[in-house]
Amino acid sequence: MNIVVLVKQVPDSGSERSLRESDKTVDRDSASLVINEMDEYAIEEALKLKEAHGGEVTILTMGPDKATETIRKALSMGPDKAVHVNDAAIHGSCAVQTSKVLAKALGTLEWDVVISGAESTDGQVSALPAMLAERLGVPQLTGARKVDVDGATLTIERQTDDGYQVVQAATPAIISVWDTINEPRYPSFKGIMQAKSKPVSTLTLADLGIGADEVGLANATSEVVEFAPRPPKQAGVKVNDEGDGGAKLVEFLASQKFV
Amino acid sequence: MAEVLVLVEHSGGSAKKVTFELLTAARALGEPSAVVLGAPGTADALAGKLGEFGAAKVYVAESEDIDGYVVAPKAEVLAQLVGSVQPVAVLVAASSEGKEIAGRLAVKLESGLLTDVTSVNADGTAGQTIFAGGVLVTSKVRTGTPILAIRPNSVNPEPAAGAATLETVEVTVSDAAKGAKVIDRVVEAKGSRPELAEASIVVSGGRGVGSADNFKVIEGLADSLGAAVGASRAATDSGFYPHQFQVGQTGKTVSPQLYVACGISGAIQHRAGMQTSKTIVAVNKDPEAPIFELADYGVVGDLFNVVPQATEEIIKRKG
Repeated sequence: MNIVVLVKQVPDSGSERSLRESDKTVDRDSASLVINEMDEYAIEEALKLKEAHGGEVTILTMGPDKATETIRKALSMGPDKAVHVNDAAIHGSCAVQTSKVLAKALGTLEWDVVISGAESTDGQVSALPAMLAERLGVPQLTGARKVDVDGATLTIERQTDDGYQVVQAATPAIISVWDTINEPRYPSFKGIMQAKSKPVSTLTLADLGIGADEVGLANATSEVVEFAPRPPKQAGVKVNDEGDGGAKLVEFLASQKFV
Repeated sequence: MAEVLVLVEHSGGSAKKVTFELLTAARALGEPSAVVLGAPGTADALAGKLGEFGAAKVYVAESEDIDGYVVAPKAEVLAQLVGSVQPVAVLVAASSEGKEIAGRLAVKLESGLLTDVTSVNADGTAGQTIFAGGVLVTSKVRTGTPILAIRPNSVNPEPAAGAATLETVEVTVSDAAKGAKVIDRVVEAKGSRPELAEASIVVSGGRGVGSADNFKVIEGLADSLGAAVGASRAATDSGFYPHQFQVGQTGKTVSPQLYVACGISGAIQHRAGMQTSKTIVAVNKDPEAPIFELADYGVVGDLFNVVPQATEEIIKRKG
């Protein structure tokens, strides 16, 4: 079973993040850049499937030169190789354009299953796996907290608000996973050393047959008109519990008409 | 008047609150028409209430195929409807499924989509919050029919009279949209509490709650307030509470009128999911806990003293 895992480099959600003043795109210079957390769960699931069913695991990343660091990080967990879609013209692309580029890139690879995280911590559009399923015309097995493989049949538990759905499809298919699915492994020292020599191939827009006028900030289907940091919250009241903390809390709730 | 399509979120035979928020927001752009997608017999029970919130028409697309397969049939029917109605915009709820429908629809229509929208303006722009609620953005769609996924609890639902005229839509789901078949549905934890994303009040517990058993204290306060129960990632990762109740970056984003954080330090992971709440109350032993920076009212103290006392007092006041 050959698997492609989608990996995205994002600004660390633990640091101060903003947009750039110049073009209102994500500021990748001020925040430290890390692998999107949910993608580690996708890699782990792919490695588990490979261990059980054989095949190859390929990382697919779209991003600028800097994304190389994230690709090496992903490879250090154990995947076999990586494909880096890197073209300056992609900068500022919207989700619709991104799905177009990734769908074309997936078209150049051989796979039975594509696995991605269910969402990224930067854009949080959370629709890319569904958009890829739409573009590629393959089943959408998204929001999985469990994946089972039986030959060419995939069965997942799709997380819902009040439980889960059991969903079945035949390969090839697109799976997205939540962080409930597994516990990602830490890269071993050996894994980190091996990652340095694993093959990483680069694809440009020209390689994918996509014109520069189909992607990028100037052609995006949506735009940021303006942005501002959330105004700081006014300091609230803080009291020490001296045996009446609960009663005081209720007094506050009553004053705000919640009780 | 220009038509705005509003996708109805429903479960158990009634429309979810976010639907009325969508119908209200849609009025900024034109005349809302509700779209009901579901199994046969779904729409009749919903129509009256949709009319109370301004739905002029209710498009009814009912078929076993719609719920029988993941997302794709809904996007397909909605795309057909957009083609025939030519609306000025399509509004959906920014739920997991709502965003996926929006995504597929955007690809089909080659239209722009905006997710996690918090306000819809008459000039076609929309407000969004990004980066864990830390940055406020005004955005607009440049291409095609704007598709807006609106975050629950962002818009105050306001009643308005609508005719809610039922119009049946012929449903034809292609084989391509039947790839991922739903073979079972399992309801795990339901009970009588409101749904987390929709609740007006949320009471959450964190690491400080200490055990699954101790979460009864959080549930007690929640029930006295008629609230939903949430949990921080530390609490769900420790197995104190089921994962689907996680509030935060990797869980649900909530924006209730009142959020009560108990034994939650307020790491950015958690703040990401709750900092747009209107009023925030925190109970924590540690006076330096970052959650107090967000709190309108904070009690420094042991939650096992403060929370049960508050619960008792609320029950007393409510008589």
